[in-house]
Amino acid sequence: MMIPDFKQTVPVDQIGVEERVARFRTRSIKKESKLFALKLALQMVDLTTLEGMDSPGKVRQLCYKAMYPHAADPNIPMVAAICVYPNRVRLAAEILKGSGIHVASVATSFPSGMGTLESRIEEVKYAVDEGADEIDMVISRWAFLKGEYNYVFDEIATFKEACGPAHLKVILETGELETYENVRKASDIAIYAGADFIKTSTGKISPAATMPVTLVMLYAIRDYYLRTGNKVGMKPAGGIRDAKTALHYLVMVKETLGAGWLTPDLFRFGASSLANDLLMQIIKQKTGQYQSPDYFSIG
Amino acid sequence: MSNRLNVLKTCKLYIGGKFSRSESEHYFQALDKKQKPLANLCRGSRKDLRNAIQAARKAQAGWAGRTAYNRGQILYRMAEMLEGRRDQFVAELENAAVTRRRAESEVELAIDRLVHYAGWTDKYPALFSSVNPVASPHFNFSIPEPTGVVGIVAPDDNALIGLVSLIAPVIAGGNTCVVVSSEKHGSIACTLAEVIHSSDVPGGVVNVLTGFRAELVSHLAGHMDVNSVLSAANDPEQKKIIQENAHLNVKRVHFYDATDWMKEQAQSPYYIMDFQEIKTTWHPVGT
Repeated sequence: MMIPDFKQTVPVDQIGVEERVARFRTRSIKKESKLFALKLALQMVDLTTLEGMDSPGKVRQLCYKAMYPHAADPNIPMVAAICVYPNRVRLAAEILKGSGIHVASVATSFPSGMGTLESRIEEVKYAVDEGADEIDMVISRWAFLKGEYNYVFDEIATFKEACGPAHLKVILETGELETYENVRKASDIAIYAGADFIKTSTGKISPAATMPVTLVMLYAIRDYYLRTGNKVGMKPAGGIRDAKTALHYLVMVKETLGAGWLTPDLFRFGASSLANDLLMQIIKQKTGQYQSPDYFSIG
Repeated sequence: MSNRLNVLKTCKLYIGGKFSRSESEHYFQALDKKQKPLANLCRGSRKDLRNAIQAARKAQAGWAGRTAYNRGQILYRMAEMLEGRRDQFVAELENAAVTRRRAESEVELAIDRLVHYAGWTDKYPALFSSVNPVASPHFNFSIPEPTGVVGIVAPDDNALIGLVSLIAPVIAGGNTCVVVSSEKHGSIACTLAEVIHSSDVPGGVVNVLTGFRAELVSHLAGHMDVNSVLSAANDPEQKKIIQENAHLNVKRVHFYDATDWMKEQAQSPYYIMDFQEIKTTWHPVGT
């Protein structure tokens, strides 16, 4: 496979991207289609908790939320995965065993990525050993911004190797990459280095996921697919809080990559509060009554 | 006789401290007592109602968290602003519905009623709290706390005094509210929203919608994030709908459809207590 020269910049039409996104936001989805999309979006959620205060109890609660999102309605689908720190992976894997819900773990000195290469590899291996089947890594933004693209490429390839059978999601932290061209370049590097998913953000800095940035990344995925026939997944993370925005993302994916990407295997939302808003909207669609967070479990 | 065309006001909705048009982009015309066009009103939709309830929910904790004294100051400020707009309200009421004399007394009473409730904010908790004798070493006391978000359905007559008499006790007690105004007198509700807007009431504490009541009431009563509904509209069909839908989350429902708001008895701290929940606390004490 020909790896492109990353010193060459793929131009991105900033105005074009933003206007295209504005179009997606005007799409209106109603009735059965809306219910379908809401349920699909829920199945795509990576329920996330990445706080220094994540106790085993908090993680346990989140796992139950993943398996039984809304006990009052057993027909509601489960989320795609739980995303936790490596030292909580074992617990999550034990609870979720047999449920079909994936256990994702951030690793590689999340969120800054400023550890030594050895310790970062060690962390990936540890998380996989503990039972994680998806690893969310962060790239070295300092190296990328310095123009050391080979360094970034090599570190991703190294982590991919350390992952073994586990899927690798590469977090670009687009909020630190400054331009759409950089986002595109980082996406290309990650994809060609072996990422199974590319992911916008850690959720620790603002701005996190935005629709224009996601669209630029989707273009990178599309170009790669057209060139090689391989499908890479996409995960916007951070800042997606309401169902309406989630539906706009689905529209964007459908109209950019096609219906083939509308599956939890290729598209995820990294979020925590989104799940409850999706649930509230699902129940609203079913009952016709607007819902209150008072009647939904916190997760 | 000049050829000047009167500029009719387009009354907007008041949601979350902002005057906005209806997302439905629909309007309807209100008529004066001679059946001439009086104003263009927004025909608030189900989604405007949802937005208003969201705004009310967002504002509720902050409003309840203000000191009772501060809430009193703000209600008093509303009275001051209403006093400043006295002539406007008299003219609007006279135009819309009643005689000049009646309009004057209604405006004066509305101002006095706001002052009445302004005085009650820091006194009703003392009056309705209690220390309860219990047979164990506990200090046991009960205090009133606001119910939360209250949906208010305005009466068709008493355009100003009716509305003020419903809103004032609800917000005096730390609740926030969403008002579905009368179809006939939406413009008065709209002008009252301008008064509220200019009197330090935080955005979202009072939200005012105009529109067709029949389109809004069932959604108001069914919304799971509304804690209580107060209706002064005398419509048996809508009363039934309110009661049916309110059961979903066991809303507190009050109907004030037979009250004469011009009477002195139409103001009392018991109206505040209709939208309070009693919390009882057991605190251990040493012997």
